[in-house]
Amino acid sequence: MKKEINFTLNNEKVTVEADTQWTLLYVLREVLEMTGTKEGCGYGECGACTVVIDGQAVNSCLYPIMEVEGRNIITIEGLMTKSGELDPIQKAFVDEGAVQCGFCIPGMIMSAKALLDAKPKPTEDEIKESIEGNLCRCTGYVKIIDAIKSVAGGR
Amino acid sequence: MDGLKFVGKRIPKKDAPLKATGEAIYIQDLKVPGMLYGKILYSKYPHAKILKLDISKASALPGVKAVITGGDVPNNFKFGFLKDNPPLKSGKVLSTRDEIAAVAAVSQEIAEEAIDLIDVEYEELPGIFDPIEAMKEGAALVHEEFPSNVLKMPWKFVHGDVEAAKKESAFIAEDTFSTQWVTHCCLGTSGCVASFDVGNTLTMYSNTQIPSLAQGDFLEALKAFGLKNKRVRIIQTVIGGGFGSKLDTYAYEYIAILLALKTRRPVKIVFSREEEFLATSPRQPTITKISQGCDKDGKLTFREMAMVLDNGAYTSWGATTPSVMMVPISSLYKVPNIKYTAKCVYTNNTYSQAFRGYGNPQATFAIESCLDQLAEKAGIDPVEIRRINANESGEVTPQNFRITSCGMKDCIEEVVKRLDWKNKCKRGNGKGVGMASLIHVGGAARVYKSDGCGTIIKVDDNGKVDVITGASEIGQGSDTIIAQIVAEVLGIPMDDINVINNDTDVCPWDVGAHASRTTFVAGNSALGAAQKIKAQIMEIAAKNLGEPVDALDMQDGIIFSKNDKEKSIPLGKVLRKAHYSLGGRMLVAEHFYDPPNENFDQTFRGNLSVSYAYGAHGVEVEVDRETGQVKILNYIAAHDVGKAINPMLLEGQIYGGGLQGIGYALGERMIYDKGYLKNGNFLDYKMPTVRDVPPVQAVIVESDEQAGPFGAKGIGEPGLVPTAPAIANAIYDAVGVRIKDLPITPEKILRALKEKEGQKA
Ligand code: FES
Ligand code: FES
Repeated sequence: MKKEINFTLNNEKVTVEADTQWTLLYVLREVLEMTGTKEGCGYGECGACTVVIDGQAVNSCLYPIMEVEGRNIITIEGLMTKSGELDPIQKAFVDEGAVQCGFCIPGMIMSAKALLDAKPKPTEDEIKESIEGNLCRCTGYVKIIDAIKSVAGGR
Repeated sequence: MDGLKFVGKRIPKKDAPLKATGEAIYIQDLKVPGMLYGKILYSKYPHAKILKLDISKASALPGVKAVITGGDVPNNFKFGFLKDNPPLKSGKVLSTRDEIAAVAAVSQEIAEEAIDLIDVEYEELPGIFDPIEAMKEGAALVHEEFPSNVLKMPWKFVHGDVEAAKKESAFIAEDTFSTQWVTHCCLGTSGCVASFDVGNTLTMYSNTQIPSLAQGDFLEALKAFGLKNKRVRIIQTVIGGGFGSKLDTYAYEYIAILLALKTRRPVKIVFSREEEFLATSPRQPTITKISQGCDKDGKLTFREMAMVLDNGAYTSWGATTPSVMMVPISSLYKVPNIKYTAKCVYTNNTYSQAFRGYGNPQATFAIESCLDQLAEKAGIDPVEIRRINANESGEVTPQNFRITSCGMKDCIEEVVKRLDWKNKCKRGNGKGVGMASLIHVGGAARVYKSDGCGTIIKVDDNGKVDVITGASEIGQGSDTIIAQIVAEVLGIPMDDINVINNDTDVCPWDVGAHASRTTFVAGNSALGAAQKIKAQIMEIAAKNLGEPVDALDMQDGIIFSKNDKEKSIPLGKVLRKAHYSLGGRMLVAEHFYDPPNENFDQTFRGNLSVSYAYGAHGVEVEVDRETGQVKILNYIAAHDVGKAINPMLLEGQIYGGGLQGIGYALGERMIYDKGYLKNGNFLDYKMPTVRDVPPVQAVIVESDEQAGPFGAKGIGEPGLVPTAPAIANAIYDAVGVRIKDLPITPEKILRALKEKEGQKA
């Protein structure tokens, strides 16, 4: 069964005809063809699909599209400015060497964004807490932590 | 100052902005017009006869375009190292990852629905899941066509006289160690899109680590499928993690090809996470008997090792891991007498393959754990016994490895210093320190007949440079390392260099992203090509500027005379002058670098690598005697890398490898129970999260390897090689129990502590 859903996506109003069973991740990737948000497991255990909904980092693979009505969603595609400048978090990930294969990175960055928007100067423990649901197999997390720290320091 | 502008610098990874913005296209993200979605049905049992396989309902489902089974595989085609693996199995299944049918449909959902409609009846058969059982006389054969479950691969290396050395040794330690299945856990799962054009050229969009070899494999398959003399083009999407998982070709790829052929439409197969756990090939589990001896001064006298590896039901390239295990077995420390045998044994388990380190971590776990046991017997400090026996440059090892640069001793001293070894060892308060060293190939490895990589450089009219390389980018940063090398030679900015590395129609040959070889081989190849193109550029510039070639230099894309700085010309202008003139020319150079290393001979001797990578890891742990929990208080990973072309990326390799090693040591394990995988998901498998990151220092030791590009050696794999024994040794120092079976879980520690108490009482 399909239903019309309205929400704000990266500061633009969107309307989609969605099957009531779909997840937000499915709509982002398959309907809107925004593939920046990744699927690493599809069942809430890797964080690759993290987006920010009303300021909260959530796993979009578990998030029913029906609950998106009226909400404000930011995805990795929404961070870069229109003129093509990277968000300071993206830039920090690039400059600190936090990116290897990159598959986990959009999710990591969105988790960091939710954290830093709520708390511009987080402690190391808060940084770890913010990404503890984001798995990365390449980096050993060290430079990811460094990158988030460097944004926090620079703000 | 070495005067280097790009090499040795912390330059951000070239493709990082693409990945950090979500623009990078992984196989998951790829859609090709007309594409169908493929899905595979796996066996329900680890060993069974297929009595009935009814695809009629699945075929009738609207949206299904093809359903195939074993009968659709032409000419009995099989793939794999011993060609024992049909892409779809018929008649009998040998493991729970056996593919028995596949579907192509217009959507993923319909493909999944169709799979559920396939009706299979099995007759379950008893299976063999323990390699020791499988080796016994009269054991049921996993493959009835072979005379034994032991693979016909004579892994045996003998040097000197171990028996005589045993008699002369003052101290001997012997024990048995075992390791588990662990899996790569690439965050991006495996997948491909197979597509045929009207002339039956196959294009495979793939995340393979071996484009050139995969091309060969698929060509062979096409031939078997009746398509002779066709072409295969491999286009790599951005790869969501490799670690060896994509060093071979897999059934799903051949299935996608068969489905594409049958439907004449592109077919995409991408693994779900469950499938990734079930149907990719993990690290081999091993059982190792080891014995090592030393004289009264602690000098090693011999090393004897006998290993059994669970091969699983089919044979991949991974069955050759004993050849790389031989590297530490023959050559970690100076050991005059060596004996090594290994048996790979068929079972009804999942089949193993390559995983970062390629056998080295399993071997090093036994060697370095046992070395601490020997040191204790001899009454020598663990650091001291490593100092006494450390490798040195100039040495020729029992396997005829010619050791060039060697920073092993420096790595050991870094660990000692940074861990504060003297004050931290033997405290007896639940805290302890341990260390372990490593040797690995650091200047490629001649596993195949060629170990080469090609590079083509072309310069366009605007002075921009395209570097076309055979090297695969799997996240390790080969794109950036190669660009840094070219930038350094040419004197042009990094941003002016574009690295093309993902299309076999364009890129020259390379043997693949394995054996920590890419910086070394692709780096040397890029270096050679850059020097050649520079010579061409300078020759033209010299004519234009009226200066001799050797008076010229290039910086920031400007060529100038060292005698007269006024005389200068931008690179782009040189190019245009060359191009837009009568009898004009274009500027292209190519270089193929194949290192002067050697294949093993029949006795497994030969200088496998041009140079060898060394390292030492040291760790301080705290063990909770009540819970058995291990906490890592400090972790030092010192690596001899020759020269760090990019220290930032290099640290990334060490940190990433180190944490994989910690997972291997303390928690990760694929639990197989009679052939069934019990924890095939992230929640139960427990790969390390950010909460598992200890305080860690990556220490770079530079030994300036003469054969390496700007002195560099490989670092891709070493980061996880000595981790498990370093931790096991530290636990022993902390609480006096030695865990010989990975992973070292709290339960095992508690059990060992209890046993120890019992012995005392
Ligand atoms: S894809 Fe959503 S948590 Fe893994
Ligand atoms: S960068 Fe590869 S998974 Fe994180």
